[in-house]
Amino acid sequence: MNIVVIGWGGDGQTPSAAVRELLGGARRLADQSGGQVIAGALGAAASAAQGMVQCGADRVLTVDHPALREADADAYVAAAKAVCDRAGEALVLVPGDRLGWEVAPRLAHRLGAGLVTDCVAVDYEAGRFVMTKPVYGGKAMARLAAKTAVQVALVRARAMEAPAPEAGRSGSVEEVAVQVAAGPVRVIERKREESSGRVRLEDAPVVVSGGRGLGGPEPFAQLEEIAQLLGGAVGASLAAVDAGWISPAHQVGQTGKSVAPDLYIAVGISGASQHVAGMSGSKTIVAINKDPEAPIFRVAHIGVVGDYKDVLPSFLAELRRIKGA
Amino acid sequence: MHIAVCVKQILDPEISPRAFKIDRERKVADAGGASMVIGPFDLNALEVAIQLKERHGGQVTVLTLGTDKAKDALRRALAMGADAAVLIDESQFAANEPSVTARILAAAIRKLGGVDLVLTGRQSGEWDFGQVGALLAEELKMPFVPFVPRLDAQGAGLRLEREADGGIVVVEAPRPCVASITNATDNVPRLPKVKDIMMANRKPITTYGAADLGLGPDESGEAANRLEVLDLFIPEVKSECEFIEGENGAEKGANLARKLVERKVI
Repeated sequence: MNIVVIGWGGDGQTPSAAVRELLGGARRLADQSGGQVIAGALGAAASAAQGMVQCGADRVLTVDHPALREADADAYVAAAKAVCDRAGEALVLVPGDRLGWEVAPRLAHRLGAGLVTDCVAVDYEAGRFVMTKPVYGGKAMARLAAKTAVQVALVRARAMEAPAPEAGRSGSVEEVAVQVAAGPVRVIERKREESSGRVRLEDAPVVVSGGRGLGGPEPFAQLEEIAQLLGGAVGASLAAVDAGWISPAHQVGQTGKSVAPDLYIAVGISGASQHVAGMSGSKTIVAINKDPEAPIFRVAHIGVVGDYKDVLPSFLAELRRIKGA
Repeated sequence: MHIAVCVKQILDPEISPRAFKIDRERKVADAGGASMVIGPFDLNALEVAIQLKERHGGQVTVLTLGTDKAKDALRRALAMGADAAVLIDESQFAANEPSVTARILAAAIRKLGGVDLVLTGRQSGEWDFGQVGALLAEELKMPFVPFVPRLDAQGAGLRLEREADGGIVVVEAPRPCVASITNATDNVPRLPKVKDIMMANRKPITTYGAADLGLGPDESGEAANRLEVLDLFIPEVKSECEFIEGENGAEKGANLARKLVERKVI
């Protein structure tokens, strides 16, 4: 079956990380099910069409329009629909960012397709695609299949593996003329997210998060130091955000951001399912907590039972020594 | 302004993982003795609707697709300040996934008539498909604004803040429109007073069935469902946690840094 990747974002000729991941997953699923990988390069992503071929696309359909440059969801739904219409029966993969959550249901509605959101895995099993998603705040997992000819999966960041680009790979690139129009929702103002400036939480290879156990806003400065040293970003649990110790932009969890860094350090976080749902895909999870029974240790790979006040200063000092900083 | 708020009664998401059980045969959570509550984001949506009514006047109608037990959720919403409640009798449909749920809710909103604003929570807090808001907008052919922490009336339309990739975006939308609400410090759901709870018990609840909504089995029965749940399971958490040794916290801290190097994590 053909696999469609809906691609947006990115800068210049390199597809965004989310799109590269979906192309990696799409290539695997297309090879298993006997189909082509068809990528839709929408808006600014049109300039990354060759990059998409190098990451596994057989055919790239580009759609560009000023409304797409404005992240107008109505325009993206129309553009994605045009790409899907040219692919026929297919599994459509959409990046699980905010735009994806907005576009995917509306696209699925117009395609008459079944949609599974927040997929952490998509597999080809016994002739059909099986989509796995966490439910009940991550306490359970559901495996679902769509009964429709066209199926849509909204895929969580880092659920699939980005391939190394192959410079010599060949594939076709064609421009699709689509009637795209901006929708009735008008943007008045964009307020950029406050961030520590170095790296976005969702993209950070290292995330250092604090929770209720920190007891106040001050210790976040220490987490910031560690994050800075490791080239990462600072996260927080809902409890820390609700307490007003740090802005909601840092919240990791089911209702905050989903992250899956190489290293996740949870400091003073008990490990409520709500939080774990947003970070359980991290490659290595370190938990520092006073309570040896804290549920966070069940998902952690490395645990430190102790008071963060004692643990962090020596951890930071040793990190500095290792990094020669 | 007539505001319709769609809510869902769900298993209390605060239930501890130890108490959480599922029925693998039926592929649903086993409610057991756990309490049923309105989904957390649906409560935020109700709060937003009631605040809007308090500022500008109007009417809030709360709708739910559920069993008779979901009347508890509607009573709660009425106690918070909703003016009218509609129970859509789930037993007359087979709404196993969001596309069917949205079709049924859309039919109910059309039947209400004169709705200027439709609010939902951003996701249920249960299966968390997070689709119903967007699908309602498609069904009702209304504009859609997702991830909204706050909104206000502005002239004949609405001014909404929405979370987007990279920050907050302020938008203007015409009425009627659909918005999905996310949690924020200024939409924490109010706790109804005892007096309001007693009053709510006296307010009528309207019930809609399949015939009231003019929906046949093709549109809202088993065959209409586009998804099939193959399996629902509690993932086995094999704790593979390696605990860092040390005489005290400081020693453990230094050992942690060395362990990360040893494991080639940093």
